[in-house]
Amino acid sequence: MKVSYFPGCTLKNKAKDLDVYARKCAEALGITLEEIEEWQCCGGVFTTSRDEIATKLSSVRALKAAKEKEQPLVTVCSACHNVIKQTNHAMRDAEFADKVNRYMNEEESYDGSTAVYHYLEMLRDLVGFDTLKEKVVNPQKGKKIAAYYGCLLLRPGNVMQMDDPENPRIMEDFIRAIGAEPVYYAYRNECCGGYIAMESRESAKKKSNRVTENAVGCGAEAIVTACPLCRYNLEKSGSSVPVIYFTELLAEALGVKEDSHE
Amino acid sequence: MNKDTNALKEEVIRISGANPLKCMRCGKCSATCPAYDEMEYHPHQFVNMIENGDIEPLMASDSLYKCLTCFACVERCPRGVEPAKLIEAVRLITVRQQGMNHLTADAVPALLDEDMPQQAIVSAFRKYTK
Repeated sequence: MKVSYFPGCTLKNKAKDLDVYARKCAEALGITLEEIEEWQCCGGVFTTSRDEIATKLSSVRALKAAKEKEQPLVTVCSACHNVIKQTNHAMRDAEFADKVNRYMNEEESYDGSTAVYHYLEMLRDLVGFDTLKEKVVNPQKGKKIAAYYGCLLLRPGNVMQMDDPENPRIMEDFIRAIGAEPVYYAYRNECCGGYIAMESRESAKKKSNRVTENAVGCGAEAIVTACPLCRYNLEKSGSSVPVIYFTELLAEALGVKEDSHE
Repeated sequence: MNKDTNALKEEVIRISGANPLKCMRCGKCSATCPAYDEMEYHPHQFVNMIENGDIEPLMASDSLYKCLTCFACVERCPRGVEPAKLIEAVRLITVRQQGMNHLTADAVPALLDEDMPQQAIVSAFRKYTK
């Protein structure tokens, strides 16, 4: 199976691991991630204001490119996923879509019909966690892993529709599928501080510490995330356990980690 | 309420698509806000002050840049008021004014360290700058 893939700016730079492991693991699971040609940065955060059009165009172009290839669009970075999924939702509003389509002035208009999957949703809905479990060659037995959702994967729940926004299970199910043990803790869907880190490291630290201390207090030996900024904030705030990308753990479980950096 | 104040209120409501009148003042938005203790005006005050047309103090407050747009308040509001969208609208009508960018490109290099993901930079720019 082939899917359109939007890596995003950070996966080409500071979060190369997130990208490389995602591609290798998808191949091992029978899915080819076809990178969208000439994709543009999503902008990192969705602007909720209805009168903002230009800031949403890069996402519309990516969604449109996937539609033209009749493929679902897969993202890995939580931020790209949030922005693209919310833009797709906004494009289902006829009035907003009309403005965007007129602005873009292309032959084919876009109507929000591309299916958008986060990589975790791809594992759950297109591969299946049962199939994933069968493909695991190196079960992560005995590892106690805390899933960190943060804010971007889940909210707003009525748009993202990945999971129950207050009691999600997709990452825990993923952790179980690769043979490890999920650790549940209260702060798994609270914000790490996000972009405030640019202005105030201290301010981000306050938020991140609540997350890592809660996870470690509940017995976590590692924290997994899909978001480069969450990882940065949790690590920089002095997490006492490793903070790793879920794709790295997946690569280990599928036995493709070693040849991911050829 | 003078005309200008009313116009500001209308603009916030129009571009946010949110309705502060739905608020029943339970305070859950502020209770769940991760930036609560750093804000001069808290999320429930944004909602109430916008409803009253008291928008200029909000435009002048640093609270605009403490909101993380994490949407905890939006998700947990029992009345669907969407406070984060209201705060975003006030922030936008502020930074859209000439010379009111909260972050400038010249200031960025000093704020970076070698591990800072690109995502942080583009996100901050989108939130703080027009």
